[in-house]
Amino acid sequence: MAAVLRLVNRSILSSAMGQQYLTFSSAAKTKPTGVRPRHALPAKVKIVEVGPRDGLQNEKTVVATETKINLIDMLSESGLPVIEATSFVSPKWVPQMADQVEVMRGICRRPGVSYPVLTPNLKGFQAAVEAGASEVAIFGAASELFSKKNINCSVDESLQRFDEVMKAAREAGVPVRGYVSCVLGCPYEGKVSPAKVAHVAKCLYSMGCYEISLGDTIGVGTPGSMAEMLEAVCKEVPVSALAVHCHDTYGQALANILVALQMGISVVDSSVAGLGGCPYAQGASGNVATEDVVYMLHGLGIQTGVDLSKLMDAGAFICRSLNRKTSSKVAQATCKL
Amino acid sequence: MGNVPTTVKHCLSYDQLLRDYPWLKRWLLEEKTITDHEYPKYVKIVEVGPRDGLQNEKLIDMLSRTGLPVIEATSFVSSKWVPQMADHTDVLRGLHRAPRVQYPVLTPNMQGFQDAVAAGATEVAVFGSASETFSKKNINCSIDESMLRFEEVINAAKEQHIPVRGYVSCALGCPHEGHVEPSEVAKVATRLYEMGCYEISLGDTIGAGTPGSMVKMLQSVMKEVPVSALAVHCHDTYGQALPNILTALQMGVSVVDAAVAGLGGCPYAPGSSGNVSTEDVLYMLHGMGVETGVNLAQVIEAGDFICSALCRRTNSKVAQAQGRSL
Repeated sequence: MAAVLRLVNRSILSSAMGQQYLTFSSAAKTKPTGVRPRHALPAKVKIVEVGPRDGLQNEKTVVATETKINLIDMLSESGLPVIEATSFVSPKWVPQMADQVEVMRGICRRPGVSYPVLTPNLKGFQAAVEAGASEVAIFGAASELFSKKNINCSVDESLQRFDEVMKAAREAGVPVRGYVSCVLGCPYEGKVSPAKVAHVAKCLYSMGCYEISLGDTIGVGTPGSMAEMLEAVCKEVPVSALAVHCHDTYGQALANILVALQMGISVVDSSVAGLGGCPYAQGASGNVATEDVVYMLHGLGIQTGVDLSKLMDAGAFICRSLNRKTSSKVAQATCKL
Repeated sequence: MGNVPTTVKHCLSYDQLLRDYPWLKRWLLEEKTITDHEYPKYVKIVEVGPRDGLQNEKLIDMLSRTGLPVIEATSFVSSKWVPQMADHTDVLRGLHRAPRVQYPVLTPNMQGFQDAVAAGATEVAVFGSASETFSKKNINCSIDESMLRFEEVINAAKEQHIPVRGYVSCALGCPHEGHVEPSEVAKVATRLYEMGCYEISLGDTIGAGTPGSMVKMLQSVMKEVPVSALAVHCHDTYGQALPNILTALQMGVSVVDAAVAGLGGCPYAPGSSGNVSTEDVLYMLHGMGVETGVNLAQVIEAGDFICSALCRRTNSKVAQAQGRSL
């Protein structure tokens, strides 16, 4: 463990001293066609930790409220700026999140850290605010079939349903984050057009969402499709309001995140220990592991404010509670569990 | 727009121009993918699974049919150090060589080289290290001493018109020394290249590298060795292999080492779990429109086979996603 941290620290130091390497500009001179990145890499990246919600929701084992609260508190200690705490979707649909109110009331809110919650409708929003939520999230899909199968209505209809939530949030001064799923592929439709993703992202942004998280729900995306999709979306929504939510089902998440950063994205969703499998591919993994993302970002000299070793402690804790192995390669390499 | 001439109308409305001449958009390369400008059109995959600890003739045969252009068949190191390589002569002799596929073998010294040639080798590889400590612990001599050994092998190979590939291990970190200076990597790579290796594979032996350290290391090496002679051999120990490979491609590298099912790794690097899986690399490259000539489905089949044979779970996420875990 100490050896790894030494390696990580050394590479951070040398990366910080060599900022000019990040734009690959000198590499361009050696290659005839030239490498043309669209942006220099961001100096800072905001990590949105979705483990306690998206992660736990997609795990087979249901954990105790106490465990969830401990996890969130440990994550707060690690320096993560945003931690998705729970979901105010009806427990009838998502029993893993039935203790939503106790979780919200039980966590130690660290100053400067945001704890958004999912709110599918006005009722959920009201319950969330009552339980102390100060940021919420809504979601839309870039695939019509996915929308129909998931929430039984078209994409446009689903966005209309959120009108009430947006209005109430505006009145209460509560910021709203928007999620778009299936941005790089759909389990039912297959290919998803970048134009459709751009349309949904634009709708959410115009409705008042301060940030739009673009989710590769089944992890089929590659740097090729990621770049194509982001080019389309960036025409409609400013890149500073965009985030990427990559799944590692096909091992492409970190490569996709790197490309997104090169295109100006500076907000990345991830899940501690890579919690949350893929509900569409039996036995496959889902969310990208926060530890692995942080390792890459720090190696690039990008600041995240996260203490990797404290983050790994949180990951080890939740894996013990779930009685499962971590999906984070960094954690595997250091803990040898 | 009434009687305004068509050309003026088109000048005023680019959208109109595109509507009237739909082929124009394509012609202007507005629908270009990112592969047109930033990545090699073709990437050569060097399959290192069989050599890196998975000696199995049926595996090599299956891999030979996938379109992989290079398959490292075995290693002529002393079986005292690497017991699983003991039957290297049999493996090489028993190979069904597919046309247009190369089957290089590792030859750390003259003895190994002579044995390899006797067994029918047509391409060999030598293994240098960018870290002194790793060199001493791995092959029991200093970097300089190892270079002298390799020079012998390379000269003998030149006489027999046998191409030699050079490896540099610990290119992005050493299990003993920690950080490795890019200039040290460049030194070793340059020496191997100048001695006559046609290609230098830069290995992140412990997988600790990130796109940040990959860029710095490649920039240093590329000052001395042309990028067309470089390859990357990334380990996925910290999950960084694919972004590291992507970075290398962005810098012009067009040869990537990988191992089917992500099996195998350096037995001398403590904690080093693994080569990046060929399936995952192919998935990424094909998704970017980069050609490899390899059939991914057939590689997955080969991975399935070797995992069953070894009673091991695949390390390939692509294979796992397709329900191929043990």
